[in-house]
Amino acid sequence: MSDLTDLYQEVILDHNRRPRNFRAIVSPSHHAEGYNPLCGDRLNLYVQVDGDVITDVAFQGSGCAISKASASLMTDAVKGQTVEQARALFERFHHVVTTPPDQPVEDLGKLSVLAGVREFPVRVKCASLAWHTLKAALEREELTSTE
Amino acid sequence: MTPTAPSAAASVRTTFDVEKVRRDFPILSERVHGKPLVYLDSANTSQKPQAVLDAMDDYYRHANANIHRATHLLSERATGLYEGARAKAAAFINAPDAKSIVLTKGTTDGINLVAQSYGRSMLRAGDEVVISWLEHHSNIVPWQMLCEQTGAVLRIVPIDDRGEIDVEQYAALLSPRTRLVAMSHVSNALGTINPVREIIEQAHARGAVVLIDGAQAVPHLVVDVRALDCDFYVFSSHKMFGPTGVGVLYGRRPLLEAMPPYQGGGDMIASVTFEKTLYNAVPYKFEAGTPNIGGVAGFGAAIDYLMAIDRDAALAHEDAVLEYATARVREIRGARIIGEARHKTGVLSFLLEGVHPHDAGTILDREGVAVRTGQHCAQPVMDRYGVTATIRASLGIYNTREEIDILVNALQRVREVFA
Repeated sequence: MSDLTDLYQEVILDHNRRPRNFRAIVSPSHHAEGYNPLCGDRLNLYVQVDGDVITDVAFQGSGCAISKASASLMTDAVKGQTVEQARALFERFHHVVTTPPDQPVEDLGKLSVLAGVREFPVRVKCASLAWHTLKAALEREELTSTE
Repeated sequence: MTPTAPSAAASVRTTFDVEKVRRDFPILSERVHGKPLVYLDSANTSQKPQAVLDAMDDYYRHANANIHRATHLLSERATGLYEGARAKAAAFINAPDAKSIVLTKGTTDGINLVAQSYGRSMLRAGDEVVISWLEHHSNIVPWQMLCEQTGAVLRIVPIDDRGEIDVEQYAALLSPRTRLVAMSHVSNALGTINPVREIIEQAHARGAVVLIDGAQAVPHLVVDVRALDCDFYVFSSHKMFGPTGVGVLYGRRPLLEAMPPYQGGGDMIASVTFEKTLYNAVPYKFEAGTPNIGGVAGFGAAIDYLMAIDRDAALAHEDAVLEYATARVREIRGARIIGEARHKTGVLSFLLEGVHPHDAGTILDREGVAVRTGQHCAQPVMDRYGVTATIRASLGIYNTREEIDILVNALQRVREVFA
């Protein structure tokens, strides 16, 4: 049962119950919709970029605890970062959640609570949906899918 | 019911021994995450009895050869197994003869065959195809493709809050332009048993042909295509304890005779020259290429397995387990059952308030309980109830009340994690 408590840590349950930045941004500079056909999760991500800095980021949608918490944690993490920093963080996060569970991974602070997903291969997509959607929004692809 | 019915039912029930059935399925003694497997995902795919595994193994060890093509003994054995399964499939659904049985890759393949062969050659712009809100994507998308190709129009019969097809609205949707009605016998997402006999009768009164998707019906109900009077009936081997990659399209002979081939290739021809090719007779006309012979051998064994058990008793057992599961899940705080049709079989779809089905699925899995979570390839059904996904526990003949107790305890564990 320990891997289950690794997955559903208090931080994740808290972000699921009270997601941060859970709102729309009216006419944001960037927007994308993420979709996971496996579970029907849908996520609207709004990003406001001024110059090259992400000054605001918010999301709406329905999803499992993992995808919701991951989106919530992501919005907290990338707000105030440059577009390049956010892109680099996507790569680092992606590496953390896709590295086999028996191998060490970089500490990403709060985002590391999602490393528990490595024990649950089918749930990696849930944790990465928001990040893929962010990447798509910054590249201006309107609908992204984890499939 | 007559006063003698209860005792008759009780005596029938004694002929079904679920523990004996369970011993026929080797995988049911598997352990997952250190727990005994509780397999509640048979609507997704059923497990396979030893007899089916043996039939496939025997085929590859003692009969492996191509069918209909060679004079040697192995080919004769392979052809015998293949054609034998076709004859068994005909008997299984009471089809008038084996020639009305086309062996396919599965239900989806059968529906696409009818859409592209019958539909494409018979439908014109403005004609109408009627389906229901309950359909699996495989009984929606092939018709959408056909409508796009022909200019025909797709009409959808609504369902009520219980998850039942509204028969009056169905009748109202039928028009002189209705050419084809495609309806599931049993809903994969909700378990609703549709009034297919009435649906077929009304369609025929309007001169439309009817395809029934029986994928979820055949593992539970005794199907008689002649009593139903349907024009096409499609189903899959893998939902009825046979292997994947095999299915049946039953079609009325005159319809099959008139239909053009679906795919071209070997075995579907009588003669080939560059000037003119003559097609083989029905059903071979629709069976281009080397089929899944080993799978068909297993499918034949699955039919034998089902026909050897007392199916009324098996259904009574499954109904009792479903009723028990429904009552137990209803007791759970925050549980909401999706789909409460008066006639159901095999499926319990539900939600737990405040818990996404996907999270529930992961926790149940760690308790050894296999369910499906998601939209069950039936997105319109989910939209109808305003949900994105459900937890679906689905039953086979091998499930027990004890397994339902394990499911309910595991659901309590889900509640604890998300307290």
